[in-house]
Amino acid sequence: MRYIIALMIWLCPLVATAQEWEDQNAFGPASADTTLRVLSSTDTSLFVPIIEDFLQERPDVSIEYFVTGTAQIDQVFRAAAEDFDVVISSAMDLQLKLVNDGFSLKVENLDQPQWAQWRQSLFAFTTEPATIVINREAFVPGAVPQTRQELIAAMRARPDVFRGRVGTYDVRESGLGYLFATQDARASETFWRLMEVMGGLDARLYCCSGAMIDDLVAGELMVAYNVLGSYVAAREDVADTLEIVLPSDFPTTMMRTAFVSSRTEVEQEAAAFVRHLVEVQTGPRNPDVFPLPPLSAAVDETGQAVISLEPALMTYLDPLKRKTFIKEWSSAVIQ
Amino acid sequence: MKFLLVEDNTELANAVSARLQLDGHVIDHADKIEDAMAFMQTGEYDLILLDIMLPDGDGRTFLKHHRSGKNDTPVIVLTARSQVSDRISLLDLGADDYMTKPFDHEELQARCRAVLRRNAGHAQSVTELGGVALDPVAGRLTIGTRAVTLRNRELRLLELLINAPGQIFSKAKLADRLFSYDEDVSENAIEVYIGRLRKHLEPSELRITTLRGLGYRLDHG
Amino acid sequence: MDDAVNVAGSLRARLALTLIGGAAAIALLLFFVVRTYAAQIAQSGQDSILEASVTSILDAVTVRDGDVEVDLPYVAFSMLSTEADDRVFYALWQDETLLSGYEFLPVADPPDGGDIVLVSATFDGAPVRVATAARILVGANARTRVTVSVAQTQDALAGTLNKISRNVGLIGSGFFFLSVLVASWATNTTIRPLERLTHSITRRGPKDLTPVARPVPMEMAPLVTSLNSFMARLDTSLKQSEDFIAEAAHRVRTPLATVRSHAEATLQRVDREDNRQALRAMVRAIDESSRAAGQLLDHAMITFRADHLETQPVDLVELVEDLVTRLTPVAEMKDIALTVISAGEAVVEADAILLQNALRNLVENALKYVPEESEITLEVIATPRPRIEVWDEGPGFPPDQMQDLAARFSRGENAKDTIGSGLGLTIAKDVAMAHGGDLTLTNMPEAGACVTLLL
Repeated sequence: MRYIIALMIWLCPLVATAQEWEDQNAFGPASADTTLRVLSSTDTSLFVPIIEDFLQERPDVSIEYFVTGTAQIDQVFRAAAEDFDVVISSAMDLQLKLVNDGFSLKVENLDQPQWAQWRQSLFAFTTEPATIVINREAFVPGAVPQTRQELIAAMRARPDVFRGRVGTYDVRESGLGYLFATQDARASETFWRLMEVMGGLDARLYCCSGAMIDDLVAGELMVAYNVLGSYVAAREDVADTLEIVLPSDFPTTMMRTAFVSSRTEVEQEAAAFVRHLVEVQTGPRNPDVFPLPPLSAAVDETGQAVISLEPALMTYLDPLKRKTFIKEWSSAVIQ
Repeated sequence: MKFLLVEDNTELANAVSARLQLDGHVIDHADKIEDAMAFMQTGEYDLILLDIMLPDGDGRTFLKHHRSGKNDTPVIVLTARSQVSDRISLLDLGADDYMTKPFDHEELQARCRAVLRRNAGHAQSVTELGGVALDPVAGRLTIGTRAVTLRNRELRLLELLINAPGQIFSKAKLADRLFSYDEDVSENAIEVYIGRLRKHLEPSELRITTLRGLGYRLDHG
Repeated sequence: MDDAVNVAGSLRARLALTLIGGAAAIALLLFFVVRTYAAQIAQSGQDSILEASVTSILDAVTVRDGDVEVDLPYVAFSMLSTEADDRVFYALWQDETLLSGYEFLPVADPPDGGDIVLVSATFDGAPVRVATAARILVGANARTRVTVSVAQTQDALAGTLNKISRNVGLIGSGFFFLSVLVASWATNTTIRPLERLTHSITRRGPKDLTPVARPVPMEMAPLVTSLNSFMARLDTSLKQSEDFIAEAAHRVRTPLATVRSHAEATLQRVDREDNRQALRAMVRAIDESSRAAGQLLDHAMITFRADHLETQPVDLVELVEDLVTRLTPVAEMKDIALTVISAGEAVVEADAILLQNALRNLVENALKYVPEESEITLEVIATPRPRIEVWDEGPGFPPDQMQDLAARFSRGENAKDTIGSGLGLTIAKDVAMAHGGDLTLTNMPEAGACVTLLL
C-alpha cells in the first residue's frame, strides 16, 4: 500500500505537468548554467528572433518557451507560479490582476513611460490593434467597410454571403477576446449591435487569432472581427487574400505585456530577458528580425491611445460582472 | 641768620634749634600755622623752615598764603616724603627748596645759602672783623679792595672761625663740620684747608693760630 | 603679571548655541508638525477617492429576481489609478457570504446607512487603506445586507509624503541656516556692548580709576555699577594707602630727624674720642637707614610705574639741568662741580619722574665715591639714540664686578665703607629697561667711571 501511495505521490507532479501546451520549445545550449522558463501567448515563430537575439548576448542561458492561450496562462500560472520565470501575454487585464495579486517582481533600471508599465513590474512592449480582417473575395475593392457601422450594414445587406462565414473570439475561452470585447462594449453600443448581427448570421467562435486567420485564408470565413492585425501582417502568404481594416470609429489597441514571476529562482536572468524585450521593441527596428509591432503611443489617425494599464482593467474580471457580461454576450452571439 | 621754624613736633624743633644756634643763628619756633602767621606779621626773617604736615592744616595752605601775600622770604620745606613727584608739587606751590627728614644740617646750610643767593634782593648779613668782610651767602671774602670767592669748605671753615674768634676748635670738631659722616678724613685734610685760609688772610689782621694738641684759633691782631 | 583668567565657557558660544539650538528645535518641530498635517491631508485625499469608489459600487448594487446583482462600474477602479500604480483590492459581501473579490481583505463593520468607515490595515504584506460601506437591500421576501470594501495600497501616498517631507526638510534647513546667520548676527550685536566696554577700560591709563561714563545697555548696568563701585573702593583704598604711607613716613622720619639733629649738636660738645665715634656712628646709622628706606620706596614705586609706563614728551636737557640745580648744594659741600653738556634739545617720550629718580641715584652714587674738588659731568646726547652719560674722575668700577653691580643689593668693593644700599644702579637700570633701553658701566682710560643711561 505504501508503495502505491509513494508511486502516486511521485507521479503527481508528472500528472500535474501533463499540461497540454500549444507549443513548447527549448532554445540555447543544453549545458547552460541557467534555464529561463517563459510562459507566453505569442506564437513561437514570432518570438524566435527575439529569443535568439537575447541568447547571443547571454550564452550562459537557455530558454524553454511554452505557448498557450491567454486564459490558460492565467490559470496555469496561478496554480504553479514557481514553474515559470517570465510570463508574457496579450491579455492586459489578466496580466495586471496577476501583478496586483502579488505574483510579480519589480525590475529596476527599466525606464518605460508611465502608460507602458505598471508598478515597475508589468512592462508593455508592443502596441497591437484589434482589427477587422476581411477576405478580399467578399468585398468589391473600395467597398471595404471601414467602421463597425459599415460592417453591420454590409453584413445586413448580403446575409447570404456572410451567413456562417463571420467569426470572432469566443470570449468565454479567450482572455484577449474577452478583453477586446469588454473594451469595445465600454466604448459604444455599436459593439452589441454588431454582436447581435453576427449572432443572427450564425457567427463562428474561435479561441485564437491564428485559427481565425487560417479559416479566413481558406475561405471559410469572410470576416473576422477583433483579430490581431499583427498576426495577419506576420503571415507573408496572406497579403493578397486578406485585408486588415482598422476600424476608424473607435480602435481597440492592446499592448503585449511581460513580467517576472515572484517565485522565480533566476531573478537576474529573468529580469535581463524582460529588459531585452523592452529594449528591442523600443529601439531601432529590423522588421525581418523583430516582427511584432513596436511600442508606440499614438496608434492611428483618430488619436486614441492604447487600453490603459490601470486597475480598472480588473473590473470586468470580477466574477459577478463577468457572469453578467457573458450572459449578455451569449444571448447576443449565440442564437 | 634769622630763621622761622614752623614745626609741630616740639622735640624735633628743639633739636633743630639747638643745632642751628650752634652756628650762631637765631630761631623763632611756631608750632601752629596761626602762630607762624603772627610771627610773620611782627618779624622779618631771612628764611622760613616749614614742616609740610601741620596739625591745623597742611603746610601747603601756609605756603599759598605766604606767596599770595607777596612776601618773598624764601621757604625751605621739611618733609618726610622723598618722592620726586612731591617735590615738583611743592616747588609749584612756592617753596624754594625742600629737605627730607632726617636731614643733614650742613646740607641744610648749603641749601639755605643757595636759596639766599638766588634771592638777590635780600640784604645779606656780612661779617666784618679785622679788616675782613665775609659774605657767607655769596662766599665772598673781601680784604681791603680785593675780593675773593672762597670754595665751599674754605668758606665754612672761615665762617666757623670768624663767628667765634678766640675760641679753640679741635681738628676733630672741625672735621665734623666740614666733612660728611661717612667720609674717612685724614688729619692732613684740615691742615690743608687751614693753610689755604691762612694764605687768604695774610693781608688782613686776622691770624689762625695752631695750638698743638688742642686745635686752631682765630686771633685778631 | 596677568594671571590667566579662569575662563569657563563663552557668552558668545552660549548665546549662539542657544539661538541655534532653539532654531534647530523649532525647525524640527515645524518639520514634524507640517509633515503630520500633510500626512493627514494626503490621507484625506486618498480617503475621498476611496469613498467615491465605494459609493459608486454601492450605488450599483441591485436586487433582481431575489438575487443581488452588482454591476461594478468601470470608473470605480479607474478613479483609483495613481502615479505609483497602487494596487487595488475589493470585497463584496452579502451578509456572511463573499460575493466576489478578495476574501481575506480586512473589512471593518460599518453602520447600515451607507456611512463609510475607513481603516488602515495590512494586506498581502503591504499597508492598505480600506473603505467599507454597507446597505440594506429589501428583496421580495428578505432583507439582506450588502457590504462593499475597496482598498488601495499607499505607495503614492508614501511618495507624496516623502516629497513633502523632502521639501519641508529643505525649507526647514533653509530656515535653519538663515537662523544660524541671524543667530551669529544677533550674538555679535549683543556681545558688542561688552566688547566696547572692555575696549574703553583697556584703553585707560594705569591710574585711571574714574567711573565708567559711557552709556551701557540696561542689563550691563549692574555690572558697570559694581565695577564703578569697585574702582571707587580701590581708589579710596589706594589713596588711603598713600595717606598711610605718608603718615607712616612722617611718624618714622620725624623722630629720626630729632635724633640726628641732637646727635649733630651733641657731637660738637663732646671731646672724648669714643663718645665722638659713637655719635658719628649714630648719625651714619640714621643716614643709612634713611637712605635705604628712601631707595626701597623709590624702587617699589619704579617697579610699579615701569609696568604701566605713562610717557610724555620730556626734554632731557631740561631734566638734567633741574637735577643739577637740586644737587648742586650737596655737591658743593664736597667742592665737586656738576656740569651739564648738551647740544640743544633732546626730547623723548618718557616718564619724567622715573628718569629723574634714576639720574638722581646715579649722581648721588657718583657724589659718594668721587674725591673732593673733582668734576662730575652729565652729557645729553640725542642721536643715534637718546642717552645720558655721567662720568666722573673717581676711582672707577672694579672691573671684575662691573657685571654684577647693577644686580639688586650688590655694592662694589670700592663701596665698603660708604653708606647706602646698592640699589642706586639697580634703580637706574630698571628705569632704562622700562623705557626699552639699558644701563652700561665703563671705566675711562685715564681714570674715572662712566655710566650711560640709554633710552
